Amino acid sequence: MTTEPVISLRGVRAELGSRPVLRGIDLTVHRGEVVALLGANGSGKSTAVRGVIGQVPVTAGEIELFGTPRHRFRDWARVGYVPQRTTAAGGVPATVAEVVSSGRLARTRFGLFRKADREAVRHALHLVGMADRAKDSVDALSGGQHQRVLIARALAAAPDLLIMDEPMAGVDLASQEVLAETLRHQVSEGATVLLVLHELGPLEPLIDRAVVLRDGCVVHDGPPPKAVGQHALPGHDHVHPHAPAGAEPIRTGLLI
Amino acid sequence: MDILDYAFMQRALLAAVLVGITAPAVGIYLVQRRQALMGDGIGHVAMTGVGLGFLLSWSPVWMAALVSVLGAVLMELVRWYAKTRGDIALAMLFYGGMAGGVMLINLAPGGSTGNLSSFLFGSLSTVSESDVTAICLLAAFVILVTVGLRKQLFAVSQDEEFARVTGLPVRFLNLLTAVTAAVTVSVAMRVVGLLLVSALMVVPVAAAQQLTRSFAATFAIAVAIGVSVAIGGTATSYYQDVPPGATIVLLTIGAFIVLTALATPLARRRARALAAAQPGDDPAECAIPAGRTAGDGVGA
Repeated sequence: MTTEPVISLRGVRAELGSRPVLRGIDLTVHRGEVVALLGANGSGKSTAVRGVIGQVPVTAGEIELFGTPRHRFRDWARVGYVPQRTTAAGGVPATVAEVVSSGRLARTRFGLFRKADREAVRHALHLVGMADRAKDSVDALSGGQHQRVLIARALAAAPDLLIMDEPMAGVDLASQEVLAETLRHQVSEGATVLLVLHELGPLEPLIDRAVVLRDGCVVHDGPPPKAVGQHALPGHDHVHPHAPAGAEPIRTGLLI
Repeated sequence: MDILDYAFMQRALLAAVLVGITAPAVGIYLVQRRQALMGDGIGHVAMTGVGLGFLLSWSPVWMAALVSVLGAVLMELVRWYAKTRGDIALAMLFYGGMAGGVMLINLAPGGSTGNLSSFLFGSLSTVSESDVTAICLLAAFVILVTVGLRKQLFAVSQDEEFARVTGLPVRFLNLLTAVTAAVTVSVAMRVVGLLLVSALMVVPVAAAQQLTRSFAATFAIAVAIGVSVAIGGTATSYYQDVPPGATIVLLTIGAFIVLTALATPLARRRARALAAAQPGDDPAECAIPAGRTAGDGVGA
C-alpha cells in the first residue's frame, strides 16, 4: 500500500518513571489499513498507542497524525479513541446516550447539539446494537455492553481513524461478535484502524498487518502471524507468569 | 408571610436561593470526578481572603472570591505537576489558608477570631446590601458556566483521557471547574459558612442520585433539593433562632435519608418492570442438570 500514512511513528522513545518503555519504535499505518499491535503485558503496546494520542509524553522521535506533527494536530474529530476499559465510572449516574453524546462534542460548535448530532449518536448506538438501552444507566451494563458503549462513543463523531486499546479484554462472546461486526462495517466504509490486542481472536480475518512489540522494540511487522498448536485453541490463556526473566518468550501466543 | 417584611430577610432569602442553585450545580461535577471534598479545601483557603478583607477593610466576599480562586488555581497546578506528593501539598495549602485567615483577622484593627464565626458557620442578619450585589454577580457566573458548558464539563469529568482525544481543552475546563467551585464557596460563605459549604455541594447530589439514572435528571433534582433546603433552612433559622448553616446542612442530610429510604422500593419495582419487559433466557436460579450432583467428579 502506498497511500498516505494516517499514523506515523519514527524512532519513538518513551519512559515511565525512569524505566524505558519504548526504545525507538517505527510504526506506520496507511489509509484503510487495519493494524494490530500485539505483545505481552509490559511490552509497551499500550504506551505506544497512548503516545500517539498524546497521553504519554515521548522523549524522542516523531509522531505524525494525518501527516501533521502530533503537537500541531487539532483535527481530533477525525480520531475515534476507545480507551482500555476501566470499571471506574463517574461518581454520578449517566445514561448510555449521555456518555455516547460526549463522543460527538468534537463535531459540535460550543457543545450545542443539532438534529444531525442527535441522529449521529442514535446511529452510533445502533451500530453496536445498544439503541434500545440508550436511556439506561451505564452502571447497569455488563462488561461487554459497557465496551460497546465506549465504541459507540468513539464512532459518534464519524472518525476516519479508530484507535482501540484492548477492545476485546473481558468482553463476553456475544459482544465480541457484535464488536467484530461493527469493526468490519467501519473498515468497509473506509476507516483506518489501529488496535492493541493481546491475541487476534475473532478479529483475525479483519487484520491486514500485525506489529509485535517486545520490551519496547518492534520484533515483527508484517502479515498477521498464524496461531498454531494449542495456541490456536479458543480460550487459550497466554499469560506465563513463571517464565524465567532471561529466557522470556514472546508472549503473544503466536509463532512468528 | 412576615418573614418577607424585613429587608435583611429578603436579602438572606435571595442569597439562600442562589446558594441552593449554585452549590449543587458545581458540586455535581466535583462528585462526578470524585473530588467531593475539594469544596471543603477551598473553604479553608477562603478564610485567608476573609482575613484580608478585614485587615484591608474591603468586602470580605470579594476578597474571599479572589483568594479562593487563586487557591483553586494552585490546587489544579498541584494536581498536574505533583503526582506523588500532591496530597501533602494540598494539605499545606488548606491549613495554611486557615491559619492565614486566623492570623490576619487578629492583626486587623478591632478584629478577633470571634468575627470569623459568622463566616465559618453562616449568619443571615449580616448579609449586607453590597454582599447581595457580589453574591448575585458571582452566582450568575457560576450558573453560566455550569449550565452553559454542561456537555463539556460532563465529558471531562466522566473520562478525562477520552475528552482530551476529542480535542476538548481539558486543562482549561479543569481550571474552570476549580475556579467555579471557588466562586461558589464565596457565594455560599454568608449563608451556610465556609466550613459547611462543601455539604451543600455534595449531599444534594448524593440524595438526587438515589432516584435517578441520568446526569441531566441528577442535576435538576440536586438543584431542586438545594433550593428547597436553602429556603427551608433560612426560614427555620428565622423563626427558631438557630444558626442557618447548620440547619440547612441537617435538612440536606435529612433529605438524603428520606430519598434513600424511598429509593429502595422504587429500584426494586423498576427492576421488576425491566425483567417483565425483557424476558431473558437466563434462569433465575442455578440448576444442576438432571443426572448430576453438586460437586460430582470432584474428589481425591
